[in-house]
Amino acid sequence: MIFVTIGTQLPFDRLIKAVDQLASEMKETEFIAQTIKGHYQPKYMKTVYDLSPTKFTELSKKAQIIISHAGMGTILSALMVEKPILVMPRLLKHKEIRSDHQIATANTLEDLRYINVAYSTAELKSKVRDMINNPAPLHKIGNFASDELIKSITEFLDKSKK
Amino acid sequence: MKILAVASAGGHWVQLMRLVPAFDNNEVAFLTTKKNFSDNVEDHEFHSVIDAASDAKFKLILMTIQIAIKILIIRPNVIITTGAAPGLLSLVWGKLLLGSRTIWVDSIANVEKISLSGKLAKRFADQVYTQWSHLEESEILYRGSIL
Repeated sequence: MIFVTIGTQLPFDRLIKAVDQLASEMKETEFIAQTIKGHYQPKYMKTVYDLSPTKFTELSKKAQIIISHAGMGTILSALMVEKPILVMPRLLKHKEIRSDHQIATANTLEDLRYINVAYSTAELKSKVRDMINNPAPLHKIGNFASDELIKSITEFLDKSKK
Repeated sequence: MKILAVASAGGHWVQLMRLVPAFDNNEVAFLTTKKNFSDNVEDHEFHSVIDAASDAKFKLILMTIQIAIKILIIRPNVIITTGAAPGLLSLVWGKLLLGSRTIWVDSIANVEKISLSGKLAKRFADQVYTQWSHLEESEILYRGSIL
């Protein structure tokens, strides 16, 4: 199963349409898409809407790969369940977001080998097929922040008690 | 000591969850913008406010008032947030109404520059973190990231 998710804030029809088309070409693979009501309705994917964190994790765990926007929530969730993730940044020019910060986020995390990135719908389609045919390992992360950050916050909290 | 941990739904919330071990040995309340996120923090006090991520002014005003009321009910000694708008508003109200100690952790998504909310938070936060070493400067600490 391939799990497609766009977050809960804004629609992302460019991604959903592209993956829906891919789903129509890959009939042997099941696609489940979390999308937003009132926007493009997939024809070849099962659709879900407002997912609780528990349900979201459940679907992520079942998935072979995860396709999403370049939102940190989805990226972190995928990394925590150790699933390969392919992201396509939302773009300001298509009015998919209010600033182009997802490009830089995606770029940086791609360089650090945490994620795969598609910068266009054409690249998205080819990369999905690549990822299924040649599953390449990505960086793993633990369940919590770096020890250094936890320690620094703990110290601040301890000081606040006095 | 009572800590209020705040984040809007989505990536900000997922980042906040990764900081939870730092809160050990304190009473913690959580505040976010989706009711069903209580799933994640079952054993803790949980509050939600309206989601005003859109540009709707009325919703933003309503959220601002809701948060002020929540702060007065929760009465935290420390407020920590990973953003965005509800986090900033919590820091501001906490500082003004209760003199709470305040921490802003700028989202890891802000790779090129500190977020606008983060810049505003500097005035109300006792500690501001960036998660990228190249963005560290005076008053903005880098001490690792949520990864």
